Amino acid sequence: MNCDYCNKPAVVHEVTVKNGEKHEVHLCEEHAAEAGMNMPGSKPINELLTKFVISHPSSSGGAATSGTSRSAKSVHRRCATCGLGLDEFRRTGLLGCPDCYESFRSQLEPLIERAQNGGVSHLGKTPRRAGASIDRQLHRQRLIQELDHAVNAEQYERAAQLRDQLESLETDTPNADENHDRASESSSPKKE
Amino acid sequence: MELRERPHPWNDYNGPHDDVIMSCRVRLARNLAGFPFVNRASSTQCHEMLRMARRIVLTDDVAPGMIWVDINSATSRDRALLMERHLISKNFSESSHARAVAVSGDESLSVMVNEEDHLRMQLLRPGLQLEDAFERINAVDDAIESRLDYAFSSRWGYLTACPTNVGTGIRFSVMAHLPALKITGEVDRVKRAAKDLNLAVRGYYGEGTESAGDFYQISNQITLGRSETELRDEFQKQILPHIIQYEQESRQVLVDRNPILLDDRVHRAFAILKTARLLGVEEAMKLLSRVRLGLYLERIADVDLNAINRLFLQIQPAHLQLHAESRLSNEEMRQARADLVRSTLGG
Ligand SMILES: [Zn+2]
Ligand SMILES: [Zn+2]
Repeated sequence: MNCDYCNKPAVVHEVTVKNGEKHEVHLCEEHAAEAGMNMPGSKPINELLTKFVISHPSSSGGAATSGTSRSAKSVHRRCATCGLGLDEFRRTGLLGCPDCYESFRSQLEPLIERAQNGGVSHLGKTPRRAGASIDRQLHRQRLIQELDHAVNAEQYERAAQLRDQLESLETDTPNADENHDRASESSSPKKE
Repeated sequence: MELRERPHPWNDYNGPHDDVIMSCRVRLARNLAGFPFVNRASSTQCHEMLRMARRIVLTDDVAPGMIWVDINSATSRDRALLMERHLISKNFSESSHARAVAVSGDESLSVMVNEEDHLRMQLLRPGLQLEDAFERINAVDDAIESRLDYAFSSRWGYLTACPTNVGTGIRFSVMAHLPALKITGEVDRVKRAAKDLNLAVRGYYGEGTESAGDFYQISNQITLGRSETELRDEFQKQILPHIIQYEQESRQVLVDRNPILLDDRVHRAFAILKTARLLGVEEAMKLLSRVRLGLYLERIADVDLNAINRLFLQIQPAHLQLHAESRLSNEEMRQARADLVRSTLGG
């Protein structure tokens, strides 16, 4: 979509509803700056989140921002791994677990792109152990949940076993770079 | 806690561009794969995280002389001490779940465990030395990563609790001393411009704090779509030179337009510091800021710049409390502050 005032691509889209009438404004970077509208990328996340919430059909309020409105169903969406609901994320701005990025992918994508000034995928450092660790991740996920249950049920022996298993999961690094000597593992923590 | 026996982390604050950039910092946000993020973790899981982090972080290949401070059992004074040294955040100091910080012997490195992310590691250096700070924190990250699975996806990079930190999880920041921009009233223009450049301008103690002593924490906000070195170079080579130059030019304006007024401000500030019997922290920081400005502009001599730099920290409440035998009242605090400043400056 192009800017209302010139032929450059519009970067700011604003839809307002006044007295039941819908007004749309589409502006390029220059004209948006002239109109005093902030660039999407320069907005802090809380502001973005507020808009995100406001734009939701179920919430009241006259103003709505296009491009961020979602179907009413999505608010009930939950992350299968940690149980976080989308509504809770909107309230706190915090995700519940690494899997939330997949669980809420379609909601997060536009949000992140705006907050990151157009950045949509990772460039830069990659952990050496990444990729080969899916099994370990699932294993850890199971252990950490069981540990929680064990402690809640006051099964302390079981909890200790689970802690040992978690620990061996960390030290058991078949795919880690061999240059990182395992010897450092045995150096004991310092006293406080 | 050993910090108490270390009255000051650094001997001096000398570094490139230290007239404007007091110190710089690189922060990395990391989370453990297969673990809920801190805000969603149970108490058991938070403790488990601490146990694992402690075992991994307190080794010499992470950094020499690491100490571990359990924030839950730390006194409020020790928490304040850590915050005054910028080793923990305000939020971290004030929350109540299981959390800890590991600090290296030279206090350049701190690793907060169970802050917003499982690990928040930061490296502080005097002056503008972001290359050096980045290299060091990167080595720390490598050492920790060799023993821990980080939550990472090829699409999003390092996964963080707040989606605004996702990607590199890196934040570059500087503690900028902008007294001339403050005097000329142009610091608000810097703040507005910074926003357009995707920078955050915060107070002396970071997020949610006010500026004090004309210090502003300026940091990059973008973490995704650009590599660590690209982000660093953009911040250090394209953005910061403008801010440094803007402050330097404003200082020159003060010298050129009204040197008497400038001298009056600087010497009056110094005279108060040398003679006052009661000093509030904000007043002291404001006066120290003017003396610091005067020293760099050579409007005042025979004052040790490092002593002034150290005083900014030493006059903070928890640091003043260090040498006191009992808890100081507000009034006693003001007196102790004035006494310390006077004796340091030979008043
Ligand atoms: Zn236009
Ligand atoms: Zn989740």
